[in-house]
Amino acid sequence: MLRLVSKRILGAVSRDLPPPAVLPRFYHERVVDHYNNPRNVGSFDKNDPTVGTGLVGAPACGDVMKLQIKVDEKTGKIVDARFKTFGCGSAIASSSVATEWVKGKQMEEVLSIKNTEIAKHLSLPPVKLHCSMLAEDAIKAAVKDYEAKRAKSTASQEETSGEKAATA
Amino acid sequence: MTSKLFASNLRQQLAKSTHLFRRQLLSTAAAAVPEPQHHEDSTGITMKGVKISGRPLYLDVQATSPVDPRVLDAMLPYYLSRFGNPHSRTHLYGWESDSAVEDARAQVASLIGASPKEIVFTSGATESNNISIKGVMHFYKDKKRHVITTQTEHKCVLDSCRHLQQEGFDVTYLPVGTDGIIDLEKLRAAIRPDTGLVSVMAVNNEIGVVQPVEEIGKICKEFNVPFHTDAAQALGKIPIDVEKWNVSLMSLSGHKIYGPKGVGALYLRRRPRIRVEPQMNGGGQERGIRSGTVPTPLVVGMGAACELAKKEMEYDEKRISALQERLLNGIREKLDGVVVNGSMERRYAGNLNLSFAYVEGESLLMGLKEVAVSSGSACTSASLEPSYVLRALGVDEDMAHTSIRFGIGRFTTEAEIDRAIDLTVRQVEKLREMSPLYEMVKEGINIKEIQWAQH
Repeated sequence: MLRLVSKRILGAVSRDLPPPAVLPRFYHERVVDHYNNPRNVGSFDKNDPTVGTGLVGAPACGDVMKLQIKVDEKTGKIVDARFKTFGCGSAIASSSVATEWVKGKQMEEVLSIKNTEIAKHLSLPPVKLHCSMLAEDAIKAAVKDYEAKRAKSTASQEETSGEKAATA
Repeated sequence: MTSKLFASNLRQQLAKSTHLFRRQLLSTAAAAVPEPQHHEDSTGITMKGVKISGRPLYLDVQATSPVDPRVLDAMLPYYLSRFGNPHSRTHLYGWESDSAVEDARAQVASLIGASPKEIVFTSGATESNNISIKGVMHFYKDKKRHVITTQTEHKCVLDSCRHLQQEGFDVTYLPVGTDGIIDLEKLRAAIRPDTGLVSVMAVNNEIGVVQPVEEIGKICKEFNVPFHTDAAQALGKIPIDVEKWNVSLMSLSGHKIYGPKGVGALYLRRRPRIRVEPQMNGGGQERGIRSGTVPTPLVVGMGAACELAKKEMEYDEKRISALQERLLNGIREKLDGVVVNGSMERRYAGNLNLSFAYVEGESLLMGLKEVAVSSGSACTSASLEPSYVLRALGVDEDMAHTSIRFGIGRFTTEAEIDRAIDLTVRQVEKLREMSPLYEMVKEGINIKEIQWAQH
């Protein structure tokens, strides 16, 4: 009788226990995966007019993220993305995820990517939430940089065409 | 004699089995080189979301060390047949236990040049530090209201001091130089007529620098101030002489010297006598300073560990120095931007605290899961703050984020060091390839001049 009861209790307990692979207070397997096989590591030429670069964070805080997007000028679609990150495993994973998510999307669309989505995807613990915030900031900074570059180039184009008209 | 034979046998067995395991680790890891992913098919260990191909090689002896098989050998009888309470005065069980405790006391005392009567067994260095700091100040509280310590002490010393501050005592935290050593003139200047204690650790736990204890002792003698030193990381590693050092109190730990966890000792000088207020009240064991039954097996283990340390300190020191050199040279040969934190000259060789520029420490540790190292001390890995010890040294914050402590001990082998070099170099190179800072530096941008947006 006792054995039966204890068996049942033990069985119930062991069924309730979470599998050892997903211990809550450590890296989620997606973080480990992105850390071991980061997607889209590298750099584009930051002077390329079709490239937007976002550099956020600070070395003193232990996180620096550089995220670059390559944009199709006609359609405004992000055709490719690259990142380089100095930071913990969660920061590397967050930026890796960010580059994956922005690829193939319209620029306006990626601005709506929220840090909470990245954090949820990677199951980041509260102490690591700033990593996902940094990734969101990096995306925004990259888009802003691209738009600033574009505005500048169209302005200079207009200027040159204006000059041409004046001389003619 | 038989026990010695048994011990040597055990040691050989252990060496064999670790050798076997190491070969296994090497082979699996070598196979993993082209494909660094470990997946379900391997018989690896999965823990905390991290999968590894075998038990990691251990380079964290500052955190704790394994029990030497010879120590365990000495301890076992006191768990099984000789289990008596050393304070039982009425039967053989008590007598033999008591005699074993006294033998251990003599062994500990002999390693530090003290009299056995000056040794009090405690639960560890944390307790010894608490008794020393709070006990001394509470006992002399009418006349003495001031404590001097350093910014790089162990957390338990700093926390005890903070506790005293809350009770209205004054505490001076001496700064350290970039090498981690305190300035003796600053110490001299900080001493006041009401200074009741100077507490400076002998060997730092994070960076391994050795403070000029003898000189500090001299200054304390000159001003007639009791001197306490936390020697948990120094015991059995550097020669200790309580007379030479002129210490009044000293904290010692068992598990840092290949002894068991849960035992430590406090040296309390008899001439001139230093008195403390007990932190634990009870049956008046250990001369009333630390009540509670003395754990005979643990104490016997600590005694045996001290005796071994006394015999083998010189040999260990030679081996460990050679291994440290091998590790540092091996890493420096292949990587630039490697900085040793803390003085290289005044350092215990078993501790090598390195910063790898442009690489963040936590991600490096995550990649070094086959090497058990830590990023300084166990406390700092949980928070995002860089180590307070490195900050006290004036290490740049970005470099303080990148530190790794390699601990080399009695059982570390050359093969382990070579493997650690290999893995570290590979991981640092991988992370630098991924680091925007490294890229900028290669482009000739000075990172320090960039206006970073602080988060």
